[in-house]
Amino acid sequence: MKAQTRPPIGTRQSAWLLGAATASCAPLALHLPAGLAVAVAAMLAWRVAVLTKALAAPRPWLISALALAAAAAIVIYYRTLFGRDPGVALLVVLLAMKLLEMRSRRDAYAASLLCLFLLESQFLYAQTMASAAVCLFAVVLVCLTLLIVHQPQLALAAALRRSGQLLAQALPFMLALFLLFPRVSGPLWGLPLDAHAGLTGLSESMAPGSISALSQSDAIAFRVQFEGGEPPHRALYWRGPVLTRFDGETWTGKRSLAPRALTYASAGAAVNYNLTLEAHGKSWLFALELPGLIPEGAYTSADYQLLTRSPVRARQRFEMRSFPDAIAGKLESAQQLRDALELPSGFDPRARALAASWRDELGADDAALVGRMLAYYRDQAFTYTLTPPLLGHHAMDEFLFDTRRGFCEHYAASFVFMMRAAGIPARVVTGYQGGEQNPVDDTLVVRQSDAHAWAEVWTKDWGWRRVDPTAMIAPSRIETNLATALPAGEPLPLIGRVLWLRELRYRWDALSNAWNQRVLGYDPRRQRELLARLGMQAPDWQRMIWALGLLCGLLLAALAAWALRNWQRMDPAAAAWRRLSAKLAHAGLPRRPWEGPLAYAGRVGAALPERGPELATIAGLYASLRYGRGAGPGRVGELKQRVRRFKP
Amino acid sequence: MNLVATLQEQFFRWALRGTAPEAVPIRLTRHRVYVLPTRFGVAFALMLLVMLIAAINYDLALAYALVFLLAGLGVVSIFHSFRNLAELCITPGRSPPTFAGADARFSLIFDNPSARARSAIRLGLSGQPEIELEIPPQDKLEATLRLPTRDRGWLAMPRLRLATVYPLGLIRAWAYAAPAMRCLVYPAPHALAPPLCAAREDAGGALGRGPGLEDFSGLRQHHPADPLRHVAWKAAARTEQGPLLTKQFDGGEAQQVWLDFDALPATADLETRLSMLARGVCDAQARGLACALRLPGLALAPARGDAHYAACLAALALHEAR
Repeated sequence: MKAQTRPPIGTRQSAWLLGAATASCAPLALHLPAGLAVAVAAMLAWRVAVLTKALAAPRPWLISALALAAAAAIVIYYRTLFGRDPGVALLVVLLAMKLLEMRSRRDAYAASLLCLFLLESQFLYAQTMASAAVCLFAVVLVCLTLLIVHQPQLALAAALRRSGQLLAQALPFMLALFLLFPRVSGPLWGLPLDAHAGLTGLSESMAPGSISALSQSDAIAFRVQFEGGEPPHRALYWRGPVLTRFDGETWTGKRSLAPRALTYASAGAAVNYNLTLEAHGKSWLFALELPGLIPEGAYTSADYQLLTRSPVRARQRFEMRSFPDAIAGKLESAQQLRDALELPSGFDPRARALAASWRDELGADDAALVGRMLAYYRDQAFTYTLTPPLLGHHAMDEFLFDTRRGFCEHYAASFVFMMRAAGIPARVVTGYQGGEQNPVDDTLVVRQSDAHAWAEVWTKDWGWRRVDPTAMIAPSRIETNLATALPAGEPLPLIGRVLWLRELRYRWDALSNAWNQRVLGYDPRRQRELLARLGMQAPDWQRMIWALGLLCGLLLAALAAWALRNWQRMDPAAAAWRRLSAKLAHAGLPRRPWEGPLAYAGRVGAALPERGPELATIAGLYASLRYGRGAGPGRVGELKQRVRRFKP
Repeated sequence: MNLVATLQEQFFRWALRGTAPEAVPIRLTRHRVYVLPTRFGVAFALMLLVMLIAAINYDLALAYALVFLLAGLGVVSIFHSFRNLAELCITPGRSPPTFAGADARFSLIFDNPSARARSAIRLGLSGQPEIELEIPPQDKLEATLRLPTRDRGWLAMPRLRLATVYPLGLIRAWAYAAPAMRCLVYPAPHALAPPLCAAREDAGGALGRGPGLEDFSGLRQHHPADPLRHVAWKAAARTEQGPLLTKQFDGGEAQQVWLDFDALPATADLETRLSMLARGVCDAQARGLACALRLPGLALAPARGDAHYAACLAALALHEAR
């Protein structure tokens, strides 16, 4: 028996296993170092060559050497063996090695387990519908492979049918567990440092070019669903990091952002909405100006930013309320105003001179000065472009007097610079402006390409007031979107220009939104909400476990019924006869195992004389149905009826 | 290992519910099909646990979904493995007699009454290599199991073990059956043919003159079983150190062989004598000679034909059998 426990693996089985392994590794190929991906592909190709007998199988020592070399390469590349990326790389290498040395069924088992593990690890990088589809495909392949490993001659159609059946039966369990398995929020322990690499979004600082780089990205920053009416497009300023410090080149936020309560002089009408923020790895939220409600787990700073205590590393949903007409900061602290006036010395003499001359001309009228600066943008030949020329040391001077070509960050920065030079407290606000209404599911989609920068100036009468100099040069940027604001010939993503592509994208976005909200966003809170809506009172983990156990029990019973169903279905005549025997047995006259129907009826008839004739009829009917030629649906019905009516 | 073996034996006794050997046909009802995870199944479960912890830690909704789908797959495969084996019918087939030392063959007929094929069912007698069966839907299949033999007599078929890990290899469903089957094991034919016996007085008639004693035909090496009066003493005297030789006689017209237990040298033990007689019967069968057999308490009149030879061998197999 020992010799039989490790049956060898045939060519067909190996080929399927290779296919399953390739499908499991392929989604990870982009996340592996290129050299490693090529090496793994080469190993798989070698295995194919072994299968087609083009090459000999590698010797065991060679496999060991390759494994050591690969592990060494991974350590050198990542400088560690622990963490997400090196771990995944190691698993991929392990799988390739296992396939190379595969001989027995046990190797096939190990390889398929590795495949499944790798399938999970691809979700560390992406959880899109596409990755789910790829994963499902690979699971089907693994399933097929296991079937074929156990039965090499199995026809493909039969194997497909069987895997389909297995997966279809597994699906209800998956749904039950997905819905009811108590979810835990947050990691169980510290995640490796590289767990959240590669997130895009606004950064803590702004230098010329930082936002125009984002404008090429089609990635979604967040989605918004308004409750009630949607504010006009030009009012959609999504406030992000506020940049007060300027070092002559780069704008940065304040170092310490202490929590502060929100105090607005006059709130006006509220706008309520849900905001689903994509992970961006930074600890700020985006809210319509000005935020009026602090979501759970967030706080606000003195410059009205919404901040979280830990970086947003997963898609998160927030209930928000904003007051677009609020007036804030009328009683601003002196320190805040001082900070908003600071300018580094030694930069941009021409701009400073211009600001000083305006101040002299207009006296103490701050509002007129703001108007003068905006008029300057409008009247001079400024161009709104994604590809501004490079600026030198005196960036503001060059932009305001020479090149006059820039993107929103140039306008916002130069405006704030001029205000400060003229003695008006001002600061740069970055965030997003506008968004795209998706007609399919009525959500507003805000993309990275909607990233924007504008200015805030402080006056005694108005407190902090938003001023968007970009609106002077390209009003359509604020009214509609970037695509309409840019002159023809500017490099824009293709999708922004072609109508039907955009239509397609709407549908796709609506679908991804539903996917994100319903599937990926199924967190502890949503689970409780859903279960409460399904009628579970006060859903906590104990109740969920109970419900889960109950549901799984029902599913198991259904499966058991399915597994047993074939032998419950017996010949109706035999079933009727069995029923009669049961009735008689209940009356104390059980049928003896060796007794035929007629003999039994005779014996019972002797014991119960008044039932004798009827019994003889039934037994005769049964005998002719079972053993004679008297088959016929009518007669089976008669037998059933007689048995039903029979009372011993 | 010993503890395990003891426990296993206890389990077999319980598993068969003390009814071995069973009445035929044997139906593997659902009560006697057992399921347990295989080593692969245990590894699979452990991996799912690790994957679940990863899903929780990294908060990956799709990883949850994958883990749950695979868990469902594992649960579902319990039923598939079970169904692959349950309700199979086993009917004993033929089990032709064999000689001790050769393999006994037990053929069993497997009846699959259901509409689905039974795949990759491994079949084995305890301690023997397994064979794998594929039984098409609503069909019968005959499988032959081999078992080495050692002693003559009836050999009861040991407990039959049916197991399957199909479809995914995660779960092993298995059942035991003990069909009432036995194989008659003849004594192994001895390397030496028995000496050809002289006729007995009471045999009378044509049989009275034993065949093979008429004409001297040559010498052969002496075997301990040869009657002393056939030893070529003169030849032995000529060659002092040489082996004893036995005179051989040709039977001439001999058509009959007498095989007499008592005629064999008393120095040989029972099994050796029976084995020699078996050799005699085989030789007679090969040459197409009628043979008669005399055992203590049993005499078979000379006759030809396969049935007679089989009867002779069976008499030898069962003579004072334990």
